[in-house]
Amino acid sequence: MGRVFEFKIGLLLSFLFLIVSLGNAATIVVSPKGQEKVISNAFEIAQNGDTLIVQSGVYQEGAMILKKGITIIGEGTPVIDGQNKFENLLVEHDNVRIQGIVFKNSGSSSFTDIAALKIKNSKNIVIENCVFENNFFGIHTINSSYISYLNNELISGMTKGKPSSNGIHCWKSNHLTLKNNTVKGHRDGIYFEFVTQSTIENNHSVGNKRYGLHFMFSHDNLYKKNEFRGNGAGVAVMYSKRVHMINNLFAENWGNAAYGVLLKEIDDSKIENNIFQENTIAILADGANRIQIFNNQFTKNGWALKIQASCSDVELNKNNFIANTFDLATNGNLVMKSMDGNYWDKYEGYDLNKDGVGDVPYRPITFYSLIIERNPGALMLFRSFFVKLMDKAESVFPSLTPENLKDTAPIMRKIKHSVNDTVFKYQ
Amino acid sequence: MIQFSNINKQFDQFKVLNNIELQFEEGNIIALIGPNACGKTTLIKTLLGMVIPDSGEIFYQGKSIKNDWNYRNYIGYMPQIGKYPENMTVGQVIGMIEDLRNVAHKDLDRELYESYKLKDILYKRMGALSGGTRQKVSAYLAFLFHPQVLVLDEPTAGLDPLSALILREKIIKEKQKGKIILITSHILSELDDIVNQIVYMEEGKIIFNKPLAQVKADTGKEKLTEAIAAIMNVDKRG
Amino acid sequence: MKKVVKYVAFDILRNKIVIAYMLFLFVFSMGLFLMEEVPEKSLMSLLTLNLILVPLISVMFSTIYIYNSSEFIELLAAQPIRRKSLWLSFFIGLASALAIAFFIGCGIPILLFSANSVGITMIITGLLLSVIFVSVSMFSSVYIKDKTKGIGVALLIWLYFSLLFDGVVLFVLFQLLEYPLEKLIIGLSILNPIDLVRIISLLKMDVSALMGATSAVFKQSFAGNIGSIISFVVLLLWMVLPLYFSVRKFDKKDL
Repeated sequence: MGRVFEFKIGLLLSFLFLIVSLGNAATIVVSPKGQEKVISNAFEIAQNGDTLIVQSGVYQEGAMILKKGITIIGEGTPVIDGQNKFENLLVEHDNVRIQGIVFKNSGSSSFTDIAALKIKNSKNIVIENCVFENNFFGIHTINSSYISYLNNELISGMTKGKPSSNGIHCWKSNHLTLKNNTVKGHRDGIYFEFVTQSTIENNHSVGNKRYGLHFMFSHDNLYKKNEFRGNGAGVAVMYSKRVHMINNLFAENWGNAAYGVLLKEIDDSKIENNIFQENTIAILADGANRIQIFNNQFTKNGWALKIQASCSDVELNKNNFIANTFDLATNGNLVMKSMDGNYWDKYEGYDLNKDGVGDVPYRPITFYSLIIERNPGALMLFRSFFVKLMDKAESVFPSLTPENLKDTAPIMRKIKHSVNDTVFKYQ
Repeated sequence: MIQFSNINKQFDQFKVLNNIELQFEEGNIIALIGPNACGKTTLIKTLLGMVIPDSGEIFYQGKSIKNDWNYRNYIGYMPQIGKYPENMTVGQVIGMIEDLRNVAHKDLDRELYESYKLKDILYKRMGALSGGTRQKVSAYLAFLFHPQVLVLDEPTAGLDPLSALILREKIIKEKQKGKIILITSHILSELDDIVNQIVYMEEGKIIFNKPLAQVKADTGKEKLTEAIAAIMNVDKRG
Repeated sequence: MKKVVKYVAFDILRNKIVIAYMLFLFVFSMGLFLMEEVPEKSLMSLLTLNLILVPLISVMFSTIYIYNSSEFIELLAAQPIRRKSLWLSFFIGLASALAIAFFIGCGIPILLFSANSVGITMIITGLLLSVIFVSVSMFSSVYIKDKTKGIGVALLIWLYFSLLFDGVVLFVLFQLLEYPLEKLIIGLSILNPIDLVRIISLLKMDVSALMGATSAVFKQSFAGNIGSIISFVVLLLWMVLPLYFSVRKFDKKDL
């Protein structure tokens, strides 16, 4: 509650600033054919609260720095070109708004984080409807707050030999809003480190080389209705508290170390109403405590859940498990807080009193999943007659599978979840 | 001409054929006789290529039959117990063999077809036939292609007297065409007046191979049966 | 030789067991496709069935047929036919009859409902499995004279390839847990045509893409252009080698 409240105050404040400064604002036009041809010059003459109209054309001005609170509006998709050498634009002032600009060809470096757009030590900034193409870092955020990235498109990694780093990179910031952005071909699509009280909503992070979403030490954030698809290693979230993931889609993250979501040392978090589809491991939880996994849909994953014994108080309720190779695996004596009322398509029990709840418990951990966990080579026997017999024998006379890991109230029919379908427009 | 040269065959520890040396010329009917399990049938089977000798060679018309199969075009074989696919009808079996041999219809010897009235049983399943009727089919198939060599294993064993007589007539007729006819039989009386050479085997060895006349002269008996009985008795005493 | 094949194949195709096998496959596959909305799921169930049933029927039927045909073989052996041709004719007759039964029973439903690369792979591997186990059964039945013993051995062969082998694999894998196992696993899967077919089919179905590092090793070895050729060659060897040795033996066998 507190977080949302602060966030609203932030918006309100920025709005007020805008109104106040509008009073005596001037408008400057930059155009290759006009009087003012150079954006940097316009930065010199502009006052706080002024509006800069940048008309269509390619602007190659090396590394630009903006230290005034102005609004920049692109008309006819003007391009700010970093010529593969420079940082296109550094913003180091509060109350900036940039829209409709194309940031292209930033420089790249192994030593410094060169970005197409860098925002440093600032507040109340909105970047919207911008396009970022062929850059090293797309947007880099340092030590800032109340920043909004809306409807931007970031695509990189197509040029051979040019490295690409993170799409939207945020470090030591708070109260960020990322909404309706699309990130493709970067190293990490969205990267957070020490970022708190932020909202990531309806973004599409697709086909990035490493993680679609990667965050560490970032508490109290909300991830909602995002699509993370086909990223090299899926989504990794580490060392954070109070993470809330809702209505997201995690799909097609295939590979040796690819996860729908990797939860490492995550505490007090909620994963609700998400869809996990065709991932090698939909959720891998390691050292995670007090996680609530409710109402999710796990479809066609290699492992729906791998919950290591280092986790505690995980709650797993009312999820659908459909056509996964393994529903649940673990590496030791895992104790869950609860695991009830899920739908498992592999459940073979019966429901005599017709209340929709199976009368015998379901044990999602099969004998074979234990074997695979200890000896990955046993994959060779995947779906063999031998394995089927072993699993059958084990389910009739459990000896090795953990006694307490069972769903005592398995649901007989697939549970209908209220998953918002805007997520799936890219399917 | 058929020549067996130093044939040896062993089943497990048991020596079935021991240094067999034999020669058969055209125009002869040879009786291959001996007590049960003396190696008669095995010897015939080596000639047919169904049993492969451990050592030694068999020549037909001077050519070794080893790794050859064409010589079987010249052999007609009537097995002791005719084994046929149970589910095929008589007509199908005859049709199949004719088809496999690839001989024009007019060149077939269909004499026994008529005399054994095989037409009446063409649609019967092989499995439903009596032993005698099977023998008739086997006999018919053996003579069908005018073979130069006839190998008849216990030919009259299951036949009724009339059918046996028909077969006898047929054998005599074929002999006159200058064929080699090799017969094994234990009912010796039936062979009495048609056989002209006797091969006597015991425990895988050839005891003798003589013309019939000489056998009779040696033993002083007129009938083949008695002559053989005399030999067997001598053998036992010796 | 063509004529012998004709008679053998004709005889087998009239056989009630082959017809029952074909009908069962057909009814089962059609049922699977009609009941299940997602064809991939039906294919998966079908694969499980095929891996058990196809080798069983192929090896048992061929073995019993060969023993029951001993008279037929004897009859034909006395005819002017090359021994090799005779034995190969039986192989071709059996293999084509069982392959036709599989194709009609299982292949046609697959083509009707799921004529994609997964379906085609399943048809091809199913046909190969049918033929491989005919070949294996000819190998065992030419060496064993006694019918009862021969049928028992055929059953053991099936049991070995579909169950015991995998048990041994698991045992070996756990014995050698400390060592890198990739090459061993590839080697082991080549040693069992049923395992190989299962792995190829699963790779095609892409379920295995979900299965981490080991599946990458399999993919490298058995999928893709070169991998497909490798696996096809291995299956071909499984077909040719037992047949080759059985022909060699039959050529010198006493009937």
